[in-house]
Amino acid sequence: MPILVIAEHDKAGLKAATRNTVAAARALDGELHVLVAGADCAGACAATAALEGVSKVLCADAAHYTDQGAENIAALIVSVAGAGGYSHLLAPATTFGKNVMPRVAALLDVAQVSEIVAIDSADTFVRPIYAGNALATVKSSDAVKVITVRTTAFDPVGDGGAASIEPITAGPDLALSTLVSRELTQSERPELGAASVIVSGGRGLGSGENYHAILEPLADKLGAALGASRAAVDAGFVPNDYQVGQTGKIVAPQLYLAIGISGAIQHLAGMKDSKVIVAINKDPEAPIFQIADYGLVADLFDAIPALNAAL
Amino acid sequence: MKILVPVKRVVDYNVKVRVKADQSGVELANVKMAMNPFDEIAIEEAVRMKEAGVASEVVAVSCGVAQCQETLRTAMAIGADRGILVSTDAELQPLAVAKLLKALCDKESPDLIILGKQAIDDDANQTGQMLAALMNLPQATFASKVTVAEGKVSVMREIDGGLETISMHMPAVITTDLRLNEPRYATLPNIMKAKKKPLETVTPDALGVDVAARLTTVKVLEPAGRSAGVMVADVAQLVDKLKNEAKVI
Repeated sequence: MPILVIAEHDKAGLKAATRNTVAAARALDGELHVLVAGADCAGACAATAALEGVSKVLCADAAHYTDQGAENIAALIVSVAGAGGYSHLLAPATTFGKNVMPRVAALLDVAQVSEIVAIDSADTFVRPIYAGNALATVKSSDAVKVITVRTTAFDPVGDGGAASIEPITAGPDLALSTLVSRELTQSERPELGAASVIVSGGRGLGSGENYHAILEPLADKLGAALGASRAAVDAGFVPNDYQVGQTGKIVAPQLYLAIGISGAIQHLAGMKDSKVIVAINKDPEAPIFQIADYGLVADLFDAIPALNAAL
Repeated sequence: MKILVPVKRVVDYNVKVRVKADQSGVELANVKMAMNPFDEIAIEEAVRMKEAGVASEVVAVSCGVAQCQETLRTAMAIGADRGILVSTDAELQPLAVAKLLKALCDKESPDLIILGKQAIDDDANQTGQMLAALMNLPQATFASKVTVAEGKVSVMREIDGGLETISMHMPAVITTDLRLNEPRYATLPNIMKAKKKPLETVTPDALGVDVAARLTTVKVLEPAGRSAGVMVADVAQLVDKLKNEAKVI
């Protein structure tokens, strides 16, 4: 039976998380199709068709998919799933996928398996529970498996495919909700979820001004994304979409620099799968040092400019 | 306007859970339990709407074992008017909870249902969206601001990369994110008062809901631990390690 991945995109191109989700889907046995729902999304469809391992792109192009609202997209996925006889429906565990997929699962009367990090077999998956303090292996007894994928657990697929693009009929506009406004943080830096280096700051920075003045030059030098602990976000240093942790973003870069972050378990849940973790904190007892590969006990206001100068 | 707020009893967020030796789950015996923090935010939001004169009644619901009554009493101490316990010893998964809540919503006809975006035990992040789907209602997940005006509810949502605001007709389903509000501490007089508030108990059978689990837990393991690395003396040594040992810069 074929497998369906739901693409996350911005009309013109794909969000990086889609590549990781396709990678997870490739671990399953079946022809791989990707659904792109949007308005004027030919660019995203073309980018999807080029993904390694994808055999068909289903393109639903309609004005009422512009906002990517859960109600309309979920209804479309359900009708595509029924028509195509898919065994698995997968989406990234981003705010997009988390918003849409449980709706799909409920409409199909099946369970959802959230944030899988490994695939044991066609019906058995591994997922973290309790903020990653335990890993549960769960087996689904449902005919269709609805899954969200923790993107950091699967290496993204590259290009090299040449899938066909098939336009499909859009579903009706349910008109249940209206998007009023959307304010996306403008940044030249890499996306937090896809960055290979992340410079992350905590309460130790003391203020939003310090956060930017101290961390931005370092992030610029390393080509890094900027992240933050919940404490830094709650204190108003940076916007909420900077938050790394159990309830924020889950990241696993090559290098994670935790600066002025004590290391609450909720924060560790979001970054402990990073390849190399560096912690800089003036408190030698900070729990972050228990998981850091390299720890430096120092005043960050001295250490970070020095680090920046040494790089 | 009536608001229904489901609340879940979970292991307290300060507890470091331990995986059982037989790999069947995590150790829950003699572990401190509390209301899921996101549900506390949901109750707080509903109570604030009542205090602002926007809502007239706040009903708290909990599904699970008899001890969930304590969670409901906590919700009533924060300010919910009454509680409903859907009493069962069965393991409840999100789809089953969504079906139980739908059955209650069919009886109670709330204008808003406010839930926590996820429970900190199973980290599933599903129930609100599933309930909205089953009831064919609009949903606004990950709310950081909720405003009700002229029969509509407008919700600012935390999304990857920023914020968005959506407007919905009511009834509607909202799930809370961390920054929606800061829940109050229940005061002693309110805790005493909560003990006298009505608490109704129903069963899944009485609601006509099949709560059979769709997912079976095969095993639960401790994740591969990450051991502490080395402490470096200064910035120069750190740069040297990153360049020559870890080779990440």
